[in-house]
Amino acid sequence: MFGWEFPPHITGGLGTASYGLTKGLVKHDVDVIFVVPKAYGDEDQRAVRLVNASDIPVNYKNKEIQEFWNKLTYLEIGSNIMPYIDPEEFMKLHEDGGKTLKEKEHLILGEKYNFSGKYGKNLMEEVARYALVGASIAQQYNFDIIHAHDWLTYSAGIAAQQVSGKPLVVHMHATEYDRSGEGRVNSEVFHLEQIGMKKADLVIPVSNLTRNTVIEKYGISAEKVVTVHNAIEPVEQPDLKVVKAVKEKVVTFLGRLTFQKGPEYFVEAAKKILEKDDHVRFVMAGNGDMMNQLIRRVAELKIADRFHFTGFLKGEDVDKMFMLSDVFVMPSVSEPFGLVPLEAMRSNVPVVISKQSGVAEVLQHALKVDFWDVDGMADAIYGLLHYRSLAQNFIREGKEEVENLKWEHAAEKIKELYTKVLS
Amino acid sequence: MRSISFYFQVHQPYRIKKYRFFNMGNDHHYSDEYLNRSVMERVAQKSYLPMNQLLLDLIEEHGEKFKVSFSITGLAIEQFQEYTPEVLESFKKLAATGNVEFLAETYAHSLASLKDAEEFKSQVSMHKAKMKELFGVEAVTFRNTELIYSDEIGEMVADMGFKAMLTEGAKHVLGWKSPNYVYKHAYRSDLKLLLKNFRLSDDLAFRFSSQEWPEWPLTTDKYLSWLKQTDAKEEVINLFMDYETFGEHQWAETGIFEFMRVFPSKVIEDGEFNFQTPNEVAAQTQAISELHVPYPISWADEERDLTAWLGNEMQDEAFEKLYAMADRMQECKDPQMKIDWLKLQASDHFYYMCTKWFADGDVHEYFNPYPSPYEAFINYMNVLSDFQIRLNEKTEMASDFMLKEIVMDFSVIQKMTVAKLKSFLAEVDAKDLAIIKNFMNQELNNKVDKYLGKRKQKALGQYQDLKSSSQEVAQKTWQKIQGLIK
Repeated sequence: MFGWEFPPHITGGLGTASYGLTKGLVKHDVDVIFVVPKAYGDEDQRAVRLVNASDIPVNYKNKEIQEFWNKLTYLEIGSNIMPYIDPEEFMKLHEDGGKTLKEKEHLILGEKYNFSGKYGKNLMEEVARYALVGASIAQQYNFDIIHAHDWLTYSAGIAAQQVSGKPLVVHMHATEYDRSGEGRVNSEVFHLEQIGMKKADLVIPVSNLTRNTVIEKYGISAEKVVTVHNAIEPVEQPDLKVVKAVKEKVVTFLGRLTFQKGPEYFVEAAKKILEKDDHVRFVMAGNGDMMNQLIRRVAELKIADRFHFTGFLKGEDVDKMFMLSDVFVMPSVSEPFGLVPLEAMRSNVPVVISKQSGVAEVLQHALKVDFWDVDGMADAIYGLLHYRSLAQNFIREGKEEVENLKWEHAAEKIKELYTKVLS
Repeated sequence: MRSISFYFQVHQPYRIKKYRFFNMGNDHHYSDEYLNRSVMERVAQKSYLPMNQLLLDLIEEHGEKFKVSFSITGLAIEQFQEYTPEVLESFKKLAATGNVEFLAETYAHSLASLKDAEEFKSQVSMHKAKMKELFGVEAVTFRNTELIYSDEIGEMVADMGFKAMLTEGAKHVLGWKSPNYVYKHAYRSDLKLLLKNFRLSDDLAFRFSSQEWPEWPLTTDKYLSWLKQTDAKEEVINLFMDYETFGEHQWAETGIFEFMRVFPSKVIEDGEFNFQTPNEVAAQTQAISELHVPYPISWADEERDLTAWLGNEMQDEAFEKLYAMADRMQECKDPQMKIDWLKLQASDHFYYMCTKWFADGDVHEYFNPYPSPYEAFINYMNVLSDFQIRLNEKTEMASDFMLKEIVMDFSVIQKMTVAKLKSFLAEVDAKDLAIIKNFMNQELNNKVDKYLGKRKQKALGQYQDLKSSSQEVAQKTWQKIQGLIK
């Protein structure tokens, strides 16, 4: 398996999903070698053998590798695209000097390479090197099938496929259309996604929503695209003592403050609710390129004493935030899956989610609205805040529902797909 | 003789610590003590202490001939007391010379003059009292936060009995007129206005050490020659600046202390100018004309307006939400709440939220604890929300308390025999009765009506409009009536 991140070093849902899947597969006796650009040493390796790509030497004199490198023309390693970056990080990264294309090539083709494993300025350079590592690994290791998670690893998957002749499965956790939105699609990323899926023997999108995108926008033939919904790892409820110090009910948004997540609809819905009932507080937890614009909008709507920004939360703070919340809202404009509502439900928080999210396909006990329907969203939030029986019901049933969304089941389905591909 | 009038502003806000949503309702301690202490200690060492000593030396040397004035905010005083009491002691020494005037301003270096007359006046009297307590003098000249002034503000200041006020010699207000005269309020001729000569003031405050400035290095002779170049009929040159100019904005290495050590003797030797305090200038000089300032001016930035503190969405929202609590804060007696209320009003918090393009960015960044105006806003609003919660709790407790008292005590009337009730109703003042009747339940109201004498009934009718009396009034009335019952 080729991944880009692995817990605890994750920035989003990709790492969490990869980890959950490997744990599920192990229960069905599938051995997984998991390759990451950079391993830190503190990862949970009970279910996988973690291979650190930074440790894999690439022998450029090897003929197969050379051949593959020459075919790798579709990778524009000179570009500095940073599809995941927030403006603050961008400023930081922008400050260090750029390398010339020649320098980059030299680096990539060197014996050793130190991956950052982040989503930074040298992303394309790292993607290219990762592909060479993929080819080297394919020569060194024994395996039956190749499974690559998201476009960053597709080139590595293709390389391994070409070197080993083994079938390739690509997993679509998110598409460029979700991340950037129609009309703002980065053509390089789109291209890499498309090539990966075209060359793959099987494409696994995380929802039917994503499946449709894959078929319609990328022109992938429908019969090799099979949806497997994500699941969630059961966890021990954290042993936290949180005293709710504000009297008002708390409605929470948690996610990156980017176009994809639709944070502006949450702000507008908050305004509508506060007009009716000001005994509510809204919390927006997260960071992203829309942050400043959202702050200004909140000030303009004159609700800043009821609408609070926490910045990026992680670890215990996330658990704390859920424990303080009465309703969780995910108004995503385009969400391939969306793990956070499941985490909220697991913490006894009823959720409102957009119909434009993959998770809406599997959840019964969630209120679903169109992301643009601010009135509907306000209605749903208001209902959960004021009708106790409704909220109670959602909390109880929702918790049970989430507990049944096990990676074990998803992995079983994937194992069946593997078998089909191999036969 | 023509005059030079020095006024130095001394202010440090209580900067707020990182205050998160999780703190709200739990943590009522807002100040970043470490930061405030370290800023205060640094500025004391680099600026306040050496400059106070220098001024003290100058006064010793020149006696009556050298004078300056200060405005020291209440928040700065409190931080001196907390962190650097030696600074306060050295100001007291300066006060004891009698050559130093202390001006009055808002205690919290607030923008209250733009929003709430009550709050403004109460902060000014608080500050006056503090000056009297510490320096033993009555402050008679007024300066508003950041020299903010308008006709309306001037009127409030005149109402408080001040005879003179300092403000900016803003070009867009003065036009062709010179700042080097004494002016008076647009329609209150009892308030004289002293205007900052911003060119000559800023030569020291901003340009002194700038090597890109063609006039660098600035010598005392050159500077005096500029003063002398002003029209001989012009009566006063007001040099107004932040006190941190000496040693902090302009480091000791720039020679600013040496400049100030020599400059007074040059002026005195030359003989064309004397040094006077703002109060002396105002008392001895006729106002040349009225100054009309319909829209507030200040001493900040190129624009000399309010846009450093107010005007963007965030600043306006924070400002509105803050002063929405002003009425209730007038009633609040909790000492900790009152102190926090003042600290939150410091204009600096709004300054940190400024998003104007960064021509004046250098000055804005000075002492600014936040990486961006957005973070400043979020942090301030979190604190303000917690403050709101506390105020709501206090208000609710107070009104709960009152309601209970009233309900409980009515039982005394309820239990009265008819005879007693009749005599009580004959005795009680009709107006008082009208007020408390609003708070009686229906049953008791009926009972009272039943035994009310005809004459009293008629008298009661006159007070029908008192129906909406507040609980507080009812409480007081009730106390009065209780006395009667006893």
